[in-house]
Amino acid sequence: MFYFSIQIFLVGIFLIFFGGVLSLLFGRKRNLSIFLGTLGAVSGSILGLAPAIKVLLTGGKESFYLNWTIPFGAFFVEIDTLSAFFLLCIFILSIITAIYGSRYLLEYKNKSLAKAIFFFNVLVSSMALVVVSANGILFLICWEVMSIASFFLVTFEDEHKHVRQAGIVYLVATHIGTAFLLVMFILLGKESNSLDFDKFAAVKLLPISTASFIFILSVIGFGTKAGLVPFHVWLPEAHPAAPSHVSALMSGVMIKTGIYGIIRVLTFLPMPPVWWGWLLIIIGAVSGIIGVLFALAQHDIKRLLAYHSVENIGIITMGLGLGVVGINSGNQILAILGFGGAILHVLNHALFKGLLFLGAGSIVCATGTREIDELGGLGKNMFVTSITFLIGAVAICGIPPLNGFISEFLIYTGSFNCLFTKQLNLAVQSIIIIGSLALIGGLALACFTKVYGIVFLGELRSRHAVNVKESHKMMLIPMIVLSALCAFIGLFSSVVLRMLNHCIAEISGIEVDVVSLQLLPLCRVLTKISFSAFCLFAAIIVLLIVRRKLLSAGKVNIAATWDCGYAKPDAKMQYTASSFAQPLVDTFKMILRTSKKTEQIKNLFPLNGQFESSTPEVSRDYLFDPIFKGVYSLLGRLRWLQQGNIQLYILYIALTLIILIIWKLR
Amino acid sequence: MEPVRIIQPLLALVLSPLLFGIINRTKAFFAGRKGQPLFQTYFDLWKLLHKGVVYSKTTGWVFKAGPIINLSAIFLITFFIPLGHSRAVFFFDGDIFLVIYLFALIRFFMILAALDTGSSFEGMGASREAQFSALTEPAIFLALAALACGTGKLSLSEILVSITSRFWLANISIILFVAATLIIVLLTENARIPVDDPNTHLELTMIHEVMVLDSSGPDFAFIVLASALKLWIFAALFVGVLVPDIGFGFWLNLAIGVSAVFVVSVVVGIIESCIARLKLLFVPHFIFVATVFAVLAMVFVLRK
Repeated sequence: MFYFSIQIFLVGIFLIFFGGVLSLLFGRKRNLSIFLGTLGAVSGSILGLAPAIKVLLTGGKESFYLNWTIPFGAFFVEIDTLSAFFLLCIFILSIITAIYGSRYLLEYKNKSLAKAIFFFNVLVSSMALVVVSANGILFLICWEVMSIASFFLVTFEDEHKHVRQAGIVYLVATHIGTAFLLVMFILLGKESNSLDFDKFAAVKLLPISTASFIFILSVIGFGTKAGLVPFHVWLPEAHPAAPSHVSALMSGVMIKTGIYGIIRVLTFLPMPPVWWGWLLIIIGAVSGIIGVLFALAQHDIKRLLAYHSVENIGIITMGLGLGVVGINSGNQILAILGFGGAILHVLNHALFKGLLFLGAGSIVCATGTREIDELGGLGKNMFVTSITFLIGAVAICGIPPLNGFISEFLIYTGSFNCLFTKQLNLAVQSIIIIGSLALIGGLALACFTKVYGIVFLGELRSRHAVNVKESHKMMLIPMIVLSALCAFIGLFSSVVLRMLNHCIAEISGIEVDVVSLQLLPLCRVLTKISFSAFCLFAAIIVLLIVRRKLLSAGKVNIAATWDCGYAKPDAKMQYTASSFAQPLVDTFKMILRTSKKTEQIKNLFPLNGQFESSTPEVSRDYLFDPIFKGVYSLLGRLRWLQQGNIQLYILYIALTLIILIIWKLR
Repeated sequence: MEPVRIIQPLLALVLSPLLFGIINRTKAFFAGRKGQPLFQTYFDLWKLLHKGVVYSKTTGWVFKAGPIINLSAIFLITFFIPLGHSRAVFFFDGDIFLVIYLFALIRFFMILAALDTGSSFEGMGASREAQFSALTEPAIFLALAALACGTGKLSLSEILVSITSRFWLANISIILFVAATLIIVLLTENARIPVDDPNTHLELTMIHEVMVLDSSGPDFAFIVLASALKLWIFAALFVGVLVPDIGFGFWLNLAIGVSAVFVVSVVVGIIESCIARLKLLFVPHFIFVATVFAVLAMVFVLRK
């Protein structure tokens, strides 16, 4: 059917891009420009969704090939079930963030918006092309366009110094990642003498040492984009700097293209040795724990959410590691649960992290600050934002009955199955996963009760939160839709899991029928979980009725919070986010290295007291800064080459060419 | 599903408030006092249910939702907890995760309800609750993983049914380490000495009690009943692990289970009478001990 073919997908991509160009052309008229850009993004994404959903549900492939003049390059795009799954995530979140952004951007008064809209649309179309491109050159071009577009979005508010700095950090990080990918594709292409993905069959026969080298390159290259520790340094800088709907898109799906890359490369490579699984599990566990710990110590709500992306990418990577271990040991159910949990978590994280960033945007719009400690009591004035944010927070903590629980459930079940093999190697891996997932769950709960409790509950803490108004409904509706999706996946998880059969089969290389057969008992379990959730709702309703009956006869009194008889309680006396997190931050001070500045209160009539704490990025301070300084001073010795004389540079080029020719003739 | 198994959650609902009475009487015995009536918690619940409530004007719907979610989720959990080595009302592979994460759901909303009052007291309690429970999470997961691995089962009911006297004797080291983990988690999660002191509301060192400082009337009744049920659940798990199935059939096993739960509450009372509360800074160390026990249990499982 034509409506579900790849041509429709390409038309959709074109529409998204064209919408961006139109918004640039009509940049002077703010409203028209926003309207055209958003219309392009939304309609194009809907068109693109159709073939993606069709492939995801029925399996098979849709491809499109066009020759190119670039050596080894071809415009070769292919939607297989793996691409289709990522397309689904990308398009859903793009539609939602585009609609949200159409209103959110209006908050930037006196600023030209065309740039933001244009690059937003370019980002969406390039992300979609990244996950469908089936040629190395095309992939790298789209990857680069995606990075550049997101760079311009991150630096949208380039009048601020910290935003420009964040942009530079991002640009450097993403290009270092791309450099590794370049080498990786050269190695892949060398073996099969072509960069088309369907000709990579020769790669399957590579010796394990070369394959391992390619694998490590892909983990570093794609891991930088995904935000795996220690390559995550750009995330906590870039996400707070970008406009909130862009942060939602970047954190929700753009970093997942890194995960896509790792999975895609895994499908090219021969049978993975067991240490690949070890590597993924350990990097995942470290990312998860480091991510959530640093999140706990943050005061900036968007920076905090950015660190949570590191945490969730860690969870996803642990799932992938489990899958790799499953393939290696020939344990089908393990592979299915690991990969299934990982990709379901990709979708779930896209939904709830998107939701949380949009909620953060709504808070920033209403109050003008991202400092958690300056907010408070917003739940009273911003009802819809507070409810949707709560749903996102419960979901990200992996608490039933929402979607985060389901994907963590799959990974837990997988690692318990891994444990049952009683092989020491596998058992230790599963203990690492179980222990770190449990710790991450507990810490995430601490972190999100902190955010929600301090921002939305209690009393107003500062001048920012006075006269707060709920956001516009164009911003609220996207948040409501995302919360509904979170609840849907949580409550009807077995249906959703069945939809992923083909995709899981593609990744794990197991027959679809086998996958669905293996997943059958799990789907039954998931149905029971849904049933328990409905039981919970029923119990809550019963208790609500009981409570109403008991409190019927005017038994409700309103008073102040109990204050120990102190006459003048003040909003400043409330617990703050820093004090809430302090015990845990102190417990893990070895890792976090939080710096504190205190000015003690002295004398009977004290003048000033002050307390300040900040948690800078450890891997940046202790790992990358020394490396970069070293490289800088080494290269400084070559400065005599740079005379600033253009003739000299031409000579350099000519010399290089001659050397290359001689080398080739040899 | 045999309909008779529904008796397990019902017993929990009816008998759990008695646990507090037993603990208090035990403590009174050690202190040489007469102590409050055994059924005091029932009287308290009755009184609270018929009282009015006072809400702070700072609080919103979250404060009211906390106790309701707490009680309903904990009642749901009792349906998954087997007593006396017969299967629980609900069970499926992986119900362990659901149970532990339902506890997380409760914690999430109780912490939020505490923060909703805007009081530093409640904030402080909430913060400590978040800290300690985050640290107990790996301990309980690893302990259950050791049991699951030992028995080869993934459901709480199946695991406890598998602990027959033969299994018990063959795996005594695992059982003891898991039981040690569980008792530490029990004391931590249920606000008992040496982690927390359930008797005082107002000291700045308290955790659970200070979180519910502003709750009153039926809301507080829900919270009291929920914490009684929580103690029952942990005691039932502990008993299920430590007391093997000797093969007496459903009713006798159930009777043994229930009386063993009461014995656990006596033990808790004895612990409370003999040990002083730990300094708060040392509580994480106490919990790490539980984690270490769980890891040791795991080592013994894998050594097999």
